[in-house]
Amino acid sequence: MWSSNIYRFRQPLWPGDAYDFNADPLQHTHKLPLEYTTPGPFGTKHSTAAITTGSSVIGIRFDKGVMMAADTLVSYGSLARYQNMERIFMINNNILFGGCGDFADIQSIIRGIEQKIVEDQCNGDDIEMKPKALGQWMTRVLYDRRTQMNPLLVDVVLGGLDVQGKPYLANVDLRGRSHDDFVIATGFARHLTIPFIRSAKPKDRDFNMDEAHEMIKRSMQILYYRDTRNNSQYTLGVCSPKNCGIEGPYQVAENWSYAAGIKGY
Amino acid sequence: MSYFCREYHDIPVSTGTTIMALEYAHGVVLGADSRTSAGSYVANRASDKLTEVADRIYCCRSGSAADTQAVADLVSHSLNYHQYQFGRPPTVWEAACDFRHLCYTYRNNLLAGIIVAGYDDKKGGQVYSIPLGGMLVREPCTIGGSGSSYIFGYVHDQYRPDFSKEQCVAFIRKCIQLAIHHDGSSGGVIRIAIITADGVERRVYFNTETGQPVTKHKKLTELDTSEESD
Repeated sequence: MWSSNIYRFRQPLWPGDAYDFNADPLQHTHKLPLEYTTPGPFGTKHSTAAITTGSSVIGIRFDKGVMMAADTLVSYGSLARYQNMERIFMINNNILFGGCGDFADIQSIIRGIEQKIVEDQCNGDDIEMKPKALGQWMTRVLYDRRTQMNPLLVDVVLGGLDVQGKPYLANVDLRGRSHDDFVIATGFARHLTIPFIRSAKPKDRDFNMDEAHEMIKRSMQILYYRDTRNNSQYTLGVCSPKNCGIEGPYQVAENWSYAAGIKGY
Repeated sequence: MSYFCREYHDIPVSTGTTIMALEYAHGVVLGADSRTSAGSYVANRASDKLTEVADRIYCCRSGSAADTQAVADLVSHSLNYHQYQFGRPPTVWEAACDFRHLCYTYRNNLLAGIIVAGYDDKKGGQVYSIPLGGMLVREPCTIGGSGSSYIFGYVHDQYRPDFSKEQCVAFIRKCIQLAIHHDGSSGGVIRIAIITADGVERRVYFNTETGQPVTKHKKLTELDTSEESD
């Protein structure tokens, strides 16, 4: 197959690769072009750059609820610009929302969700929004923006207590792809923390709250060591039947003692 | 670059800038340099980047001069109308949200980094930062513009939350002076605005060696032409 490509089209190299419409077939592109332009004198221009960005978000579902953590840094490129930002939001008593990616878009999404909550209240039926419903709506919103070729450059973790108190945790990304699982991570955390959390999961039961908390603490420590766009402070959102709220900011535990023993390179 | 070549006229005019604002007990203090540059040409060496949008609310503008002037005009108009509708002066939060609305909605077409600062009776002195991209965050001490890169460390080290008014002014003067020293796109005089419940006080400080607006041409110290070695 590879040798008989007489049309000189690039064969798909990894799953999803065939959907990169904007790719020059001969060019190895992971990156979006800097701007999408519609040709003509009245054409539109959409910048594809995320400017003020938040790094990873981690969520873990445990037997009674969900827990979510993100560090408190919003970066401006490589500049650590805003060091005290909360990126985990409490939507209502059942839902936590964590945002990664362009922070202006995250703030815009939160405003949109708040408007939705007010609309719900206007029904006067005391029915509160549930995390799965919010997840479905977020998927539609993000997929629609992606189809308009003007994505919200975000990767979102949302979770909480669904109907009958069942814990729910899901992820929606800028393409409108979503899935739910017992561990959700965005950005760097996806690569660094999901593997060890999955292997630590007992096969026959869910995590309990203390185990989930230990996973989160270890994850934030690893992210601080290995992600250049993280700081050492994080906020923790917990949603359980007893209470739902944002705790913190916490400081990660650091261990640099081995560094003293390294010499040479 | 020749005056007649195309590049000379097509370089966008930007307020490559240093801007800064601090909250203190009785209000806010804002500061900015005064250089407007078009590439390497100084288009205006005495511009005023502290712009009034309401009686007790100012904004510091950085980025494209045209973009920030247009946005500030629109917000100022909107706040004026708001005052007629509500029968009370606008709050700083309302002004910041107006700026954010424009900066976020038109983020792909604007180059505007804005600091909104002012005083209202509800929450006292407040400073809001709206960088490129259009996010909005309140910060007690915030810096912006191209020159701010050079003073992040100084501000982080020297800022105290309990400055008095004159300490705020002295701190801002020092920061902008240091930024001007290293940033080619910042220069000129240092403009200060102090906003409290009683009104707005404007000051200008000169960046010359003597602190005076006018200096004379003079020869610096003699070169040491001694032949003796140490």
